[in-house]
Amino acid sequence: MDFISILSIFVMACFVGYYVVWSVTPALHTPLMAVTNAISSVIIVGALVASAEAGSPAAKWLGLAAVVLASVNIFGGFAVTERMLAMYKKKERPAAKEPRT
Amino acid sequence: MMLAPDTTVDLSLAADAAHAVNPWVALAYLVAGVLFILALRGLSSPATSRRGNRYGMAGMGIAVVTTLVTHSIASLPEIIGAIAIGGAIGFIIARRIAMTAMPQLVAAFHSLVGLAAVLVAAAAFLNPAAFDILGLDGNILVVSRLELMLGAAIGAITFSGSVIAFLKLNGNMSGAAILLPMRHWINLGTLGGILVLTAMFTHSPVGGPGENPLFWVVLALAFAIGFLLIIPIGGADMPVVVSMLNSYSGWAAAAMGFTLHNTAMIITGALVGSSGAILSYIMCRAMNRSFLSVIAGGFGAEASSTGGEAREQRPYKQGSADDAAFMLKQAESVIIIPGYGMAVAQAQHALREMGDLLKEEGVSVRYAIHPVAGRMPGHMNVLLAEANVPYDDVFELEDINSEFAQADVAFIIGANDVVNPAAKTDKGSPIYGMPVFDVDKAKTVMFIKRSMGGVGYAGVDNDVFYMDQTMMLLADAKKMVEEINKAMSA
Repeated sequence: MDFISILSIFVMACFVGYYVVWSVTPALHTPLMAVTNAISSVIIVGALVASAEAGSPAAKWLGLAAVVLASVNIFGGFAVTERMLAMYKKKERPAAKEPRT
Repeated sequence: MMLAPDTTVDLSLAADAAHAVNPWVALAYLVAGVLFILALRGLSSPATSRRGNRYGMAGMGIAVVTTLVTHSIASLPEIIGAIAIGGAIGFIIARRIAMTAMPQLVAAFHSLVGLAAVLVAAAAFLNPAAFDILGLDGNILVVSRLELMLGAAIGAITFSGSVIAFLKLNGNMSGAAILLPMRHWINLGTLGGILVLTAMFTHSPVGGPGENPLFWVVLALAFAIGFLLIIPIGGADMPVVVSMLNSYSGWAAAAMGFTLHNTAMIITGALVGSSGAILSYIMCRAMNRSFLSVIAGGFGAEASSTGGEAREQRPYKQGSADDAAFMLKQAESVIIIPGYGMAVAQAQHALREMGDLLKEEGVSVRYAIHPVAGRMPGHMNVLLAEANVPYDDVFELEDINSEFAQADVAFIIGANDVVNPAAKTDKGSPIYGMPVFDVDKAKTVMFIKRSMGGVGYAGVDNDVFYMDQTMMLLADAKKMVEEINKAMSA
């Protein structure tokens, strides 16, 4: 792919991001940050490329370190988002009254 | 800046040296990118949000597997080990972390993305052949040098800035604005240095793998400016800072995506970058401050000196938990306004119990959330959700502000600046123009506050304390709510 095609994808994605993010409900802004955090760890792709090639040992170890960091983020980010989203509940209509003392 | 003639040659080389991309591989990365878009799309409502999160996981899985199967992997065991170690750490942290610590956690995660971007950029700089960015002359392609350097610099800023944000949010470092003398000049100088040296690095005739030491100089400067930028920013401006760093982590990923010609990374980077930018904008708008004034920092430190002398002892009414319980039970409609103080006191569970007790008495209970309440966007919503408050009881500022006139009680717990009428009336106030809740229209205002001493982040006195209908409840937020609950169920 040449630079201009890549740039086009990038610019289009910025617009998509703009509209998608404005449609996120403010109540979910914290999960939004957690999940964007998780997906930005797609940088792991670069880390994998670096650690896969045998060319330079230094580059390989840098890549492996980046794989560890990005994995913390991927697993941590998605898991914590899942945990938060599971807490958002709708009102149960006929409120079951618990007896209180 | 004028482009040197040799640059144009190199630009065309970029196309020649690009991977002979297998269309299926490109398609897989595109699918991953689309799944990430769907992950964010799901967050438009709590009902669809969990499915969205699954899309995100699937997208990440596709991206990782595609990379692994399309490269000749010389070190698969090490890679699997690295993923297992990182994954286990991440998973355990995510399970154990307290919901009140979410702002710190997000800041810490941002720092990891930043550092990962720096490491990947450094690896690409040392071993450009692995990334297919080596030109025919044995130098790294000029475009790729620019992309690499930008990715590394943005990653470094994200890393060091997020570390400071983490330390401030976690209480390891004073949340107050720390002001260096001449900081604006130091910052501008460093930023200028980064730009000039990046240009020099890009156009330097020395461009072989790991050859040009300018790379490390720019990296060091970028680390430094991350620290310098965040140190002067005070605690309550953290929602803007955390959003901004979120945005940076996205741009760093996008820059690396350009280097790798990888659509999944570019799409994700653009999504995350615009997401963080929009959140910063929403936060700034909710404080009626410009993004630049937040980034310039020092808010609150200067304001306290102007507000100080005008403050005099004014009479206020103090109430007890019993008084509050009695009046709450008599009310027909109560609106609760939580703020950062509720998070600090961990009062959300006690508060939900109070809401339940009131509902049993037939009182309508609603929660009103200001966009900048807490230390990150949506902080209060997560805490209330954790305490099992149904999300349809929770309202945004503009949706509920007209309801205060009909409310019997406005119950303020741990918030201050977001209910200060000075934002509407006092042109000299540092918070003038910030949208605030019209609590003065409610019949009764209950204000839980630790003592009459502190006056909120902005350092301005709050007229709400001294209104006829205001009852000050001076105690720790959690203790006070628990006592009210006891008095109500007695």
